[in-house]
Order: sequence, then C-alpha cells, then structure tokens
Amino acid sequence: MITCYENVKEAVVGPSTRSENGILLQIDRHGTQDHVIMEVMDKDWTALLLRVRDHQDRAAFGALFTHFAPRIKGFLMKSGSSASASEDCAQDVMATVWHKAHLFDPSRASVATWVFTIARNRRIDVIRKERRPEPEDLPWGPQATLDQGEALIIAQENDSLAAAIATLPQNQRALIERAFFADLSHAQLMQETGLPLGTIKSRIRLALERLRHKMMQ
Amino acid sequence: MSINHHLSEGLILAYAAGSLPEAYSLIAAAHISMCDDCRAAATAYEALGGAVIDDGDSAALCQDSLAKTFARISAPALGLPVVVTPKAPSVLPAPLQDYLGARLEDVKWRNVGMGVRQCVLKTKGSQTARLLHIPAGTAVPDHGHGGLELTLVLKGAFSDKTGRFGVGDVEVADQSVEHTPVADPDMDCICLAVTDAPLRFKSFLQRALQPFFGI
Repeated sequence: MITCYENVKEAVVGPSTRSENGILLQIDRHGTQDHVIMEVMDKDWTALLLRVRDHQDRAAFGALFTHFAPRIKGFLMKSGSSASASEDCAQDVMATVWHKAHLFDPSRASVATWVFTIARNRRIDVIRKERRPEPEDLPWGPQATLDQGEALIIAQENDSLAAAIATLPQNQRALIERAFFADLSHAQLMQETGLPLGTIKSRIRLALERLRHKMMQ
Repeated sequence: MSINHHLSEGLILAYAAGSLPEAYSLIAAAHISMCDDCRAAATAYEALGGAVIDDGDSAALCQDSLAKTFARISAPALGLPVVVTPKAPSVLPAPLQDYLGARLEDVKWRNVGMGVRQCVLKTKGSQTARLLHIPAGTAVPDHGHGGLELTLVLKGAFSDKTGRFGVGDVEVADQSVEHTPVADPDMDCICLAVTDAPLRFKSFLQRALQPFFGI
C-alpha cells in the first residue's frame, strides 16, 4: 500500500531521510508490502531515477512508481487494452525502469520521455505482439560524461513542451490523440503535423552534429 | 550523406507514438538510421509522448501493485540475456540487418521479371516490405498504388517524374502518384519498398502476370 502526501510537511511519522534535492523519503517494510510515506517538495524525477540507477533506492523507485505507474496504465487502457492487461503491462514497464535504469541518460531524454518509450515498446511487443524496428543506436549513452547543462536544457524543453501542448488548437490536439491512441489515416501520415516542436528539434539536431563531430575526431 | 527526401512529419509522429504497422516502422527506422534530421524529429515526438503520458489520465492501480512490481524486480530474469551484436558496416542499415542478416550477398532473391529481383521480408500486418534490386538503367513498369507506398534507396539511385532519389532518400507516395522509377544508368539500384496493398499494374498483360510475379 502506498500513501503519498504531496506538499504536506507534517505528514511524516517515524524516521525519515531527506535526499539532497529536498525530497523527504521514508520506507517502512512489513513483509512484502512497502509503506512509503513521502513529502515531495519538487517533482524532480531525474534525481529520483538517478537514485534508482546509482543506489537501487527503493523509496525513490516508490515515488516514481506512484507518479508513473497509474499514468502508464491509463495510457494503455486509452489505447484499447483491458484493465488487467494494462495493469500487468504497467508493472512490467516499471520493473523494466528498475532494470534498465543504468541506460537512462538525462542529457538525452526526460524521465517522462524515457518511461514513455519503454511503455510504447512494451505495448507493441506484449499487447500488439509485433516487432518494433529501432534505428541504429548512436554510441552516446551513460558511458559518456554526463553533461549537467544538457540535462537541464532537456528538462526545461520538456516543461515548455508540456505548456505548449496545453495551449494547442483543437485540431492539433486531436492529431496527437489519434497518433498515440489510434491509427492515423493515410492522409494524416503524409501531412505536416504543425506541432510546435521547432526548438526542441533544432536542439537535438545540434547535439547530433556535435556527436558526429566527436566521432570523426 | 546528403539526403533530400525525408519522411513526412505525420509518419515520424506515428513512428514515435508506436502506432505505425511493423513494415512502415521498419522503413522509418531504416531511414532514421541514415538521417539526422528525421532522427531529431523522432526524438522530439518521443518527448511529446512523454508529455502526453505525464499530462494524461491516471488509472487506479491494484492495491498490491508496487509489491508485485518489486517481486518482478527480484525474480530471476527469464530467458537468455539480450546480447546486442554490433552491426557490421553494410549497405543494409541496422534495423534491416535484424530481418535479413548483415550481408547483401546472403539475401535470397527471387526474379520478378525484366531483371528485377525482390526479397519479401516477414512482417506482421497487411503491408508488404520488400527489398528490390533494379538493374542499372531499368524501368520498373508504370503502376498505380493501392495505398501509401514508401521507398528507401540503399544503393544507387532512381528517378521518376517527381525527382531523383539517392542513397538515404525516401519517397512517400500515395494512390494519386503514377510513376515509372528508372534506376540510374551507371549502377544497380537497391531499395526497400513498403506497400499497403498489391501494386496495380496498368496494362492488361502486366495485370495478368501480376499474381505470377508476386509484385
């Protein structure tokens, strides 16, 4: 059972730890059940995932789970899966988040984006039972030195992207709905999307050029 | 590599969203392997997916969901660990090597007439993905399309009335396009073509031969 208190400072009982990013975490373990009581001052998903990656931190994982697992389940159900298949797949996705945490690179993607790609691939693999052809991976990843500046920019871009989506005109919102929860028509596949992704695209393009340049040296 | 013909934005969005059928996903992944512009666009659309999840509806979890997830985490992994083999340098981009192997010489071609050879890939869904080998200077017969047709050049080049397509270029065509692709005169052309329905050839003889050739 999980109880999550957001922005409630007095909600904590018993011993607790405060991580360096201001997140107060407490775990109390009884048998197989984890009781996580936490106060989230700031939803710094990147810091939490790095704690999972670097310290196998179960409390940090619990906080990520509380936020993302219901959203993954919601995403899968909206894509047409049953509640039980979606629950099963959401647990599977979150277990993958734990196991693949060492592959997470905050200078490449936000936590939400990374979790989305795992959920998308599991949906194709487990629910649609199809292969997911992936592009050739580029040799950048956690082994490369973490660029704090890049990570911050990615986080900021994602915040502004979320804000931009909230203000989209109805036809563009409808296009996003169809792309993520149904199939686009042939006509839609051939069209421009008109979605406001200009800055994030050019930033990623620049990062790719820098990488290509490094590989040439 | 200078690429002039790209995937449409709609295709990149659907690929990033995971809503494209397998054969279209394959050609999208192959083009993205060769094209930084489309890779950047796909990454941006994945960020959109992250925002959609983050902003989307939550569904209530089962009561012991977290405990069950921790149990999955502790369970010994099923099956063999996934070994990622480094891809060999090849005319075939990495996602295609997963279907055909690394060496072009090992592809099992089948003649389909006029020196054109093809190899159909195993993909799920109503689409067909095929590797085509078109001899230098050869024209593939004029045909209309039953739906969306994507063609990615892997070696050589071809031209039709909409333009010239070189290595890395992808042609996105629908049923309104009638074209006669002609391979460049100096080099054989190898491309990956994905069609949604059988190509409809125009002449009676070609129509009669179509089931036989399997084009």
